[in-house]
Amino acid sequence: MLTDWLLPILLFGALALMLIGATRRVLAWRAGRNEPVAVVAGLMAMPRRYLVDLHHVVQRDRFIANTHVATAGGFVAALALALLVHGFGVDSSILNGLILLSAAGMFVGACCIAWRRRNPPGRLSRGPWMRLPKSLLVFSTSLFLITLMTADWFPAGLVGWVFSGLLLIGLALGLAEMLVGMGWGGPMKHAFAGALHLAFHRRPQRFGGGRSTGLKPLNLTDSTLGVAKPTDFAWNQLLGFDACVQCGRCEAVCPAFAAGQPLNPKKLIQDMVVGLSGGTDAGYHGSAYPGKPVGEAKGNPGQVIVDGLVSAETLWSCTTCRACVEECPMMIEHVDAIVDMRRFLTQERGETPGAGVQVLDNLIATDNPGGLDPARRFDWAADLELPLIADVGKADVLFWISDGAFDQRSQRILRAFVAVMRAANVDFAVLGNDECDSGDVARRLGDDATFQRLARHNIEVLGRYEFNRIVTTDPHAFHVLANEYGDFGGHYRVQHHSMFINELMEQGQLNLQPKALGRVTYHDPCYLGRYNGEYESPRSVLSTLGIEVQEMTRSGYRSRCCGGGGGAPITDIPGEYRIADMRVDDARAVEAETIAVACQQCTAMLEGVVEPRPQIKDLAELVSEALVTEARA
Amino acid sequence: MLPESRSKTMASQAMKIAALVSVGQHPLSRRERRADQDARAVELALSLSPELPSLIHVGSARNESLRAYLGMGLNNLKVLNADQDVDAVPALASYLGEQALDIVLTGVRAECGEGSGLLPYAVADQLGWPIVPRIVSVVSIAGGYAEVWQALPRGQRRALRVPLPFVASVDPAAEPARQSAFGPAQRGSIDSRPCAAEPDQARANWQQHPAKPRPKRLAVAKGGTAAERMKAATAKPQGQGGQVITEGTDREKAEAILARLVAEGVVR
Repeated sequence: MLTDWLLPILLFGALALMLIGATRRVLAWRAGRNEPVAVVAGLMAMPRRYLVDLHHVVQRDRFIANTHVATAGGFVAALALALLVHGFGVDSSILNGLILLSAAGMFVGACCIAWRRRNPPGRLSRGPWMRLPKSLLVFSTSLFLITLMTADWFPAGLVGWVFSGLLLIGLALGLAEMLVGMGWGGPMKHAFAGALHLAFHRRPQRFGGGRSTGLKPLNLTDSTLGVAKPTDFAWNQLLGFDACVQCGRCEAVCPAFAAGQPLNPKKLIQDMVVGLSGGTDAGYHGSAYPGKPVGEAKGNPGQVIVDGLVSAETLWSCTTCRACVEECPMMIEHVDAIVDMRRFLTQERGETPGAGVQVLDNLIATDNPGGLDPARRFDWAADLELPLIADVGKADVLFWISDGAFDQRSQRILRAFVAVMRAANVDFAVLGNDECDSGDVARRLGDDATFQRLARHNIEVLGRYEFNRIVTTDPHAFHVLANEYGDFGGHYRVQHHSMFINELMEQGQLNLQPKALGRVTYHDPCYLGRYNGEYESPRSVLSTLGIEVQEMTRSGYRSRCCGGGGGAPITDIPGEYRIADMRVDDARAVEAETIAVACQQCTAMLEGVVEPRPQIKDLAELVSEALVTEARA
Repeated sequence: MLPESRSKTMASQAMKIAALVSVGQHPLSRRERRADQDARAVELALSLSPELPSLIHVGSARNESLRAYLGMGLNNLKVLNADQDVDAVPALASYLGEQALDIVLTGVRAECGEGSGLLPYAVADQLGWPIVPRIVSVVSIAGGYAEVWQALPRGQRRALRVPLPFVASVDPAAEPARQSAFGPAQRGSIDSRPCAAEPDQARANWQQHPAKPRPKRLAVAKGGTAAERMKAATAKPQGQGGQVITEGTDREKAEAILARLVAEGVVR
């Protein structure tokens, strides 16, 4: 019979073609910079990462999670069994039955995908991705019927040359999509690249409930600083780009995309794929970068990315809020890639846009972004008589002031926090003028040399004194001190003031008389929430103050950025809307009268929104206003 | 007409241009840096010729802040090795004289040290070349002459025709210097060569102390049309009003100051 000799040829032919394509793909990744990975341990951990960690993210959309389990599980099982039965000729009615079951499961999943694709949301890519559910249906149906036929479970009268020929054509088409396409860059590429990406992920700490958010240090003696060409990425970053399924969840949460700035995280990753494989973006069928046409970008592995593939404004639009990374079911690291390319622009090209040049020059010359007199850093506390750690030698808490010292609005937060600490009799001290900018902005603007200089200076200063922990009101400084100074030898116990105040409250150290504030919502700062996983302490502080938080639709790990991170207000790439306006609209939607914040940068951004709008109050201010002040004896 | 002539002369002709660079000092942190005006001179030099200009510094080759000039995209900086107390002028003049240069650019004055602004004049004098102070751009170079624009107060410009070679100082109104990139700054080379420089005898006897900034008088124009106020705000200060009070008690002096402040609208 036709199927007897044609089926193995089809199956093994498709497998061979897939392997050839896959090898080419692997070679394309390996053109990237060397980065050691634990090969065996990674491969061993992969099934767990896929079934647990990745599924955890995918499950945020239950429908698609179940659909994917049916389709992918059905496909893998059906293919493995088909190889045994049709490829190697193992004749077993049990196996035949299992093939039928798997193919049926796959068919049901494919139907659900086809259903979802009838009128797909804008975040989904079209083109070949619209073809995929049809290919899945054709493959599963053909395999089902062919198995019925070869197992002789089919009414004999119906089997004819024409019919079995049609089935074989269907199976061939299905195999072309499922196997050949997997190796040669079709939509199914995600299965093979994704599996390896999970095995060789650059941040294995992210699996098993962990977190890894600090940027990787740049070797300042590299022959090219940062990423100029696709091959300057680490090879497993290139692999990560290929894992993208173009689901557009990143696009849906990106604040820059929503503001009409020329950034779309999904398109950026697809452009990286164009760069690593060579070609143009004409084959991209998703949403464009706002305001930029699709089809004009060209790239290849040896070409400088910003010269024709991705425009510099796209890279500078990012607020590094990490919403895309948090949302990505493939755990792709968009922010790492963006900062890597920014490093090239700043440190090789000298092309930091907007006020970025001025800010970096100021940081180099005065250790603060405003270029203000470093000898006046401590002036804000002239009347507070704060203990300098240089005088007292040691303290329980080192209060890290941050650059808020130079900003009048932030000074109100700092003063409020000092009042809270004094009320609780905290043993604290400050660095005074010895403190420098943490280096957060310099690093996100791509100037890792300045970041590393500031980090080393601060670590050297901190090393002189004894303290149990660092507490700061600035989540950016918090993140840098806690997660990025470790690479330079600075290991500290760092707390954000929300965590610290919450501790004081739990210990009953604060005598509070809550005031009525009306409806209050809480805005999660990206660098406290997504970067450090701290969602509970601020809410707990607010509830102790008797406030019932009116949660915005986008809160917690899905909080929308205020627009103030990553140097975005400094580079100031134009868009249609301002991110801060959209965030305040979120608060208006829950009819909040007060937005509680926990970051001076968020305060500045949200207060920059035109009134009437909810008032903006830092947690420290809310707590200090509720303090019961005892008359001094 | 202007851009045309610029593209013709500026791109095709390879000019030999040198920029003299010094170690600057940030006004607040006192930290060493690239001097702003010298960096503008380098920026102007970069725009004049397809060939990279040469950078020349008199001092120590080990000063890392010089690398900020290399970060503007230059491969090489030449240092004439000398101690801090030498007179840079003879060293520069003898070196520049050997180089067959077309244009030598400098800042108007250094950010630290003597900062008299005399160096370009003294160098030009020793070389026997013309000196053009405070230029903002070189419009064209043709037939052994350059047309340059000189900055005058209040945004005015004067076009000058100068025979090559010449020395020019670059005004702070010229194009700001491009960003200095860390990578090229680290990779560029600083070559040092000895130079026969004498200690500056005159300066050795001077006493130095920090300068005090003097407060500026506020001139508030009241009334009239917007155009008149604009004119008053932008016009050159004509003969100063006010009075010098040396006689009288402290109270009388204070009252005179207060009356003036009220008249100016500073105190209501």
